[in-house]
Amino acid sequence: MISKLKDLFKYRQLIVTLVSRELKARYRGTVFGFFWSLINPLLLLAVYSIVFGIILPGSSGRIENKDITGINYSIFLFTGLLPWIWFNSSILESSNVLFIHGNLIKKIKFPIEVLPIMTVLTNMIHFMFGVPILVVFIIFFGKGIVITPWVLFFPVAVFVQLVFTMGLSFLVSALTVHFRDLKDILANLLTLWFFGTPIIYAFMTPAIQNHKAMVLALSLNPMTHIIEAYHYTFFFGSLPHWKRLPVTLIVGLIFFYIGYLIFDKLRDTFVEEV
Amino acid sequence: MYPVKAENIVKYYKKYANKHKFLTLKSAIVNKSLFSDLKSNEIFEALKGVSFKVKDGETLSIIGENGSGKSTLLKILAGISRPSSGSILTNGRISALIELGAGFHPEISGRENIFINGIILGLTKKKIQEKYNDIIHFAELEEFINSPVKTYSSGMYMRLGFSIAINVNPDILLIDEVLSVGDASFVPKCIDKINEFKRKGKTIIFVSHDLATVERISDEVIWLKDGKIEMQGYPKRVTDAYLEYIGKRDEKKAEKKHKTEEIEAEKNREKRWGTKEIEISKVKMIDKNGIEKYIFEQNEPFTIEFNVNSKTEEKDFVFGIGIFNTEGIQCYGSNTLIEDFKSQSIKGKGKIKISISNINLINGTYFIDLAVHKRDGYPFDYHHFQYTFKITSIYRDVGIARISHEWEFSKNIKIHKKSLPK
Repeated sequence: MISKLKDLFKYRQLIVTLVSRELKARYRGTVFGFFWSLINPLLLLAVYSIVFGIILPGSSGRIENKDITGINYSIFLFTGLLPWIWFNSSILESSNVLFIHGNLIKKIKFPIEVLPIMTVLTNMIHFMFGVPILVVFIIFFGKGIVITPWVLFFPVAVFVQLVFTMGLSFLVSALTVHFRDLKDILANLLTLWFFGTPIIYAFMTPAIQNHKAMVLALSLNPMTHIIEAYHYTFFFGSLPHWKRLPVTLIVGLIFFYIGYLIFDKLRDTFVEEV
Repeated sequence: MYPVKAENIVKYYKKYANKHKFLTLKSAIVNKSLFSDLKSNEIFEALKGVSFKVKDGETLSIIGENGSGKSTLLKILAGISRPSSGSILTNGRISALIELGAGFHPEISGRENIFINGIILGLTKKKIQEKYNDIIHFAELEEFINSPVKTYSSGMYMRLGFSIAINVNPDILLIDEVLSVGDASFVPKCIDKINEFKRKGKTIIFVSHDLATVERISDEVIWLKDGKIEMQGYPKRVTDAYLEYIGKRDEKKAEKKHKTEEIEAEKNREKRWGTKEIEISKVKMIDKNGIEKYIFEQNEPFTIEFNVNSKTEEKDFVFGIGIFNTEGIQCYGSNTLIEDFKSQSIKGKGKIKISISNINLINGTYFIDLAVHKRDGYPFDYHHFQYTFKITSIYRDVGIARISHEWEFSKNIKIHKKSLPK
């Protein structure tokens, strides 16, 4: 495993090149070009703000001394939505990435694991472009929300999410080669997962905290703790839960290990099956 | 130390017949048959134990029919797929021309694609920078290098792909059928470049159907048949044996086809006309042993034989023959009138033979016209393009006929005919 990771380091230039190619190619030929990576989350934010902030106002009220209504709700939503989009797009695109780049796999000697890595990193960069918008929102529109030094925990949250997403991405990209129907299952599964993660609502909402079963269910979801970490660093401006995040990291590492193992095991079949 | 050494390479493909039995992943999990279903129940062996070595600076060609395992072998050599068993040892940087421009992204420019493709092929950015001008120059794409690759013609696409792959500067070059798609002016340039590699003492493995090129560039040829090495050795000897095999195989096919064609011909009246007072039938081609066949060596004697039947007594009649190639060009035509035969009388059944001692036509398929008519052209029976035969030759000369000739060289010119080593 360690030597395999060293190999990955060897491919860093390839990875960097492929990621920048993906970024360049994605919006080439569109009118707004690169701004789409900013427009997309903003549009989504507008929709969710209208639906859950105005039409169906949430039951959140005040949590951790912060008001989660009105404009603050939009900011809260945005904090969770940005990393979720990163996760969601990474997994969905991973299910397709080996097919799209079938030519590289079949016609060139190519380190195939670079492809899911490229997918996750490309989406991570898109995510990073959204973060300054979030910060601007907090500074100019936040009512009683300020950027605190706890924001320095942001890279930790990103790292945990990266590890977990990578693991899942390896798994998904390898398995869809053999089970094409996984693609369709995934789209539905991710919608379900979205609502099972505290993004449009807060984990600390009394409505959830009063149900032991619901708290347990949400706690078993690694994405809960990752999104929560973002909520704490940006929105609540306090220390992320110091026990849950490391545990999530360990879970993430296990996912990474298993994901890579399965990917590696199935690697030889890709040439013939893609 | 051999640059390439393959030992007993076996490659089988699994056929997952069971995989399509379950409809969803869920049902597979529910039935706990996920992993047993993933196991294959049928195996297709593409390579059945292939061993060979390539010496430093040697060019090895691999020939064989479609499905003989050539491409599979090349993919294994390139490291794209792994052999099921056996070992492969390579020394030096390998560049495989299997599909040119395989990693190109259509939306971005040729310039950016050069860098990305170069890195995919294992070059560093610096190295590509050094080679950049050579690549564009060789590909003749100076004007278009900043346009997105999707606007390129297939020829431009291929040129750029070839140019990058060749400038990776490999020690071992693997070439699949790629040159068959190039435009006419670029292919010789590619061949030149390949020859330059040869001169530099690099190792080349070449997979092709183009036997002429194979003979020209290779030091050794492997003929793969059904995943095994059928023959290996001196190029001319192997290609000749291969051609002979292909010829024999075609002959069998042609015989079958000929039978059905005869039935077709009977139905096809448009290709036959005339008043039928004299009728031509039972046309066949026989070799010197009297055996009916349709494929002949270039210098093999053969005879065209047919029956005639005249219902009434005729005094004025001419027999004629014409030979046409597939382009419809008449290669030869003659009749008994031209050759000063004077007809006297024909009645009832008869037999006519035209013996050809040395046809000397080049490689290819030919059609025969047979006719019997009056001197003024009044048709008794015309058979147009009704019969075919094939000529095979060890030489791939061009034109219509092989005009017999001898080469003569003065003593200071060192040239000799390749002899076939036994």
